[in-house]
Amino acid sequence: MNAATLFGLCGAVLVGLGLYGIIVHHEPIRKILAFNLLGGGVFVLFGIIARRGAAAGFGGDPVPQALVITGIVVAFSASAVAVTLVMRLFEVNEAARREARSGHSAEDAG
Amino acid sequence: MTGETTAALLATTSGGYLLVLAIMLPLIGTIAIVLLGGQRAERVALVVAPLGLVIAAAILASVWSSGQPLVYIVGGWRPPLGLALRSDGISAVMIAITAIVMCATVLFARGQFRGPAPGVEGRAQMVFWSLLLAVWGALNAVFLGDDLFNLYVALELLTFGAVPLVCLDGRAETLSAALRYLLFALMGSVLYLLGVALIYGAYGTLDIVLLAGVVRSEPVIWVAVALMTVGLIAKTALFPLHLWLPNAHAGAPAAASAILSALVVKGSFFLILRLWFDVMPGQIHLPAQILGFLGAGAILLGSVLALRQARLKLLIAYSTIAQIGYLFLLFPLAVGSGIASPFASIAWTAGLLQLASHAFAKAAMFMAAGMIYEALGHDRIDRLGGAGRVVPIAVFAFAIGGLSLMGLPPSGGFSAKWMLLQASVGEGQWWWIIVITLGGLLAAGYIFRVISPTLIQPFPAPELKAVVPVSRQGVALALALFAVLLGFVPLEPWPLLQIGRTAVEAHLP
Repeated sequence: MNAATLFGLCGAVLVGLGLYGIIVHHEPIRKILAFNLLGGGVFVLFGIIARRGAAAGFGGDPVPQALVITGIVVAFSASAVAVTLVMRLFEVNEAARREARSGHSAEDAG
Repeated sequence: MTGETTAALLATTSGGYLLVLAIMLPLIGTIAIVLLGGQRAERVALVVAPLGLVIAAAILASVWSSGQPLVYIVGGWRPPLGLALRSDGISAVMIAITAIVMCATVLFARGQFRGPAPGVEGRAQMVFWSLLLAVWGALNAVFLGDDLFNLYVALELLTFGAVPLVCLDGRAETLSAALRYLLFALMGSVLYLLGVALIYGAYGTLDIVLLAGVVRSEPVIWVAVALMTVGLIAKTALFPLHLWLPNAHAGAPAAASAILSALVVKGSFFLILRLWFDVMPGQIHLPAQILGFLGAGAILLGSVLALRQARLKLLIAYSTIAQIGYLFLLFPLAVGSGIASPFASIAWTAGLLQLASHAFAKAAMFMAAGMIYEALGHDRIDRLGGAGRVVPIAVFAFAIGGLSLMGLPPSGGFSAKWMLLQASVGEGQWWWIIVITLGGLLAAGYIFRVISPTLIQPFPAPELKAVVPVSRQGVALALALFAVLLGFVPLEPWPLLQIGRTAVEAHLP
């Protein structure tokens, strides 16, 4: 087994784990992590393709490498948006819970 | 494929700069809003919108009159290394639809997202207007992109623009709807990216025109396109990946729901069209049937669920799922028996007509629902009594939009469904006839469920929460009338929608 095949298999495993995580888990944070795992698998795949497509004295085909960089930036911003949403949702829910609790205690006191 | 045809397809044409403007102008608007602050946001949008409409009209006129696609080679670098922007007939039509709906939305949303006090900047003000223009720019990039990876970036831009529009009001329900939408969309885009990687690995290019010439029917392209299609289906909310749509579209403010339902889901649908009809070679009968069956499932499930909703905005959102289903009937019917090119088939025109009339009708209906909500302070269907008296034009716009959804003549929806029926008969695929007819019947059911209570004058009269100006109601009516006007087009394949297609086809083996 050569290095390219090994990396290819790694990519496939990551994609599989990520997909499994996204489908099976309910907690948004776990889903976001699984999405990053899945994305990582795809990026590894791009790396292999760059290696396989290497020609004319290059160590790798530069196009997939450029694509990966863009892909990573996009995936990073996607994760940032998702995490922000999760945190905001947590804050709103927390505020509502606190209000409900203080409302209850006010009723008890009354 | 001969070198000359490819060269002709991949050289900047005169007027190609219009394509750059179509993408850049809304994005410049977004940046201007970020720099100038939320208080001037509305004014920026009011400047950008008419300019965008002019550019869209210029692109459409140029493609129509020359009969040739517009091409722009970015930076003079030709594919496969460089990127091309290309506007064929359907891109030009999509850009025009987008511009019209966007302009209407800008007029409708005027004054809706003011700050908490005069002179104070509101969060929603800034976010709504900047993202509205960002969505516009992203949609144009999706319609014009010719490189699969470039399209991936455009799709992500579209998602990032659309998701925050869902949760503008910051309530817990809309936040979780937005999160769900984002997670579905992200899964979709990673699957799409995986397909892109496989295609690049196999063919060394991502340019659609170049790919069309080199793709052979082999396992790698089938796997890649299958992955990409599943990803795009998740973004389009085709049954069974529709679960995120109802709460996201119903939770957004009316102006945002209008563009989410009318335009954003069509962006990813457009890419599915491109993949299957431009990239894939020849025989796609089986996948086309599968897509058709998913569409049929969406029509039936979406319509039945729409019938059972208690709230108006949710009803409209479920009806979007059903109407998206009709779009996918295009695939089995256009691929057809293969006597002529799919683009010359009646189903091709029917599908795009359905897309256009749904965009206009659905935007009008979401706007109408928003105004009914403003006037009555709620949108519970069983308590809509009196709405016909307080916001008569909005209710009228809803009804006219509904005509198109049901498929009653004269309306774009009628013409589209009639042509789909004709295509089903012509292709001998009778099973679609049952679905199309049932879908129309169910649509009539859920539209009348809304219309009939609005016409009753209850006693005591409902309390009026807000006065909705006639001008805003007029915007919704104008959009609904566009959907009606589309009913007067000739019921035959349009040459406009074939422009740029035959060129791609000519060099297929």
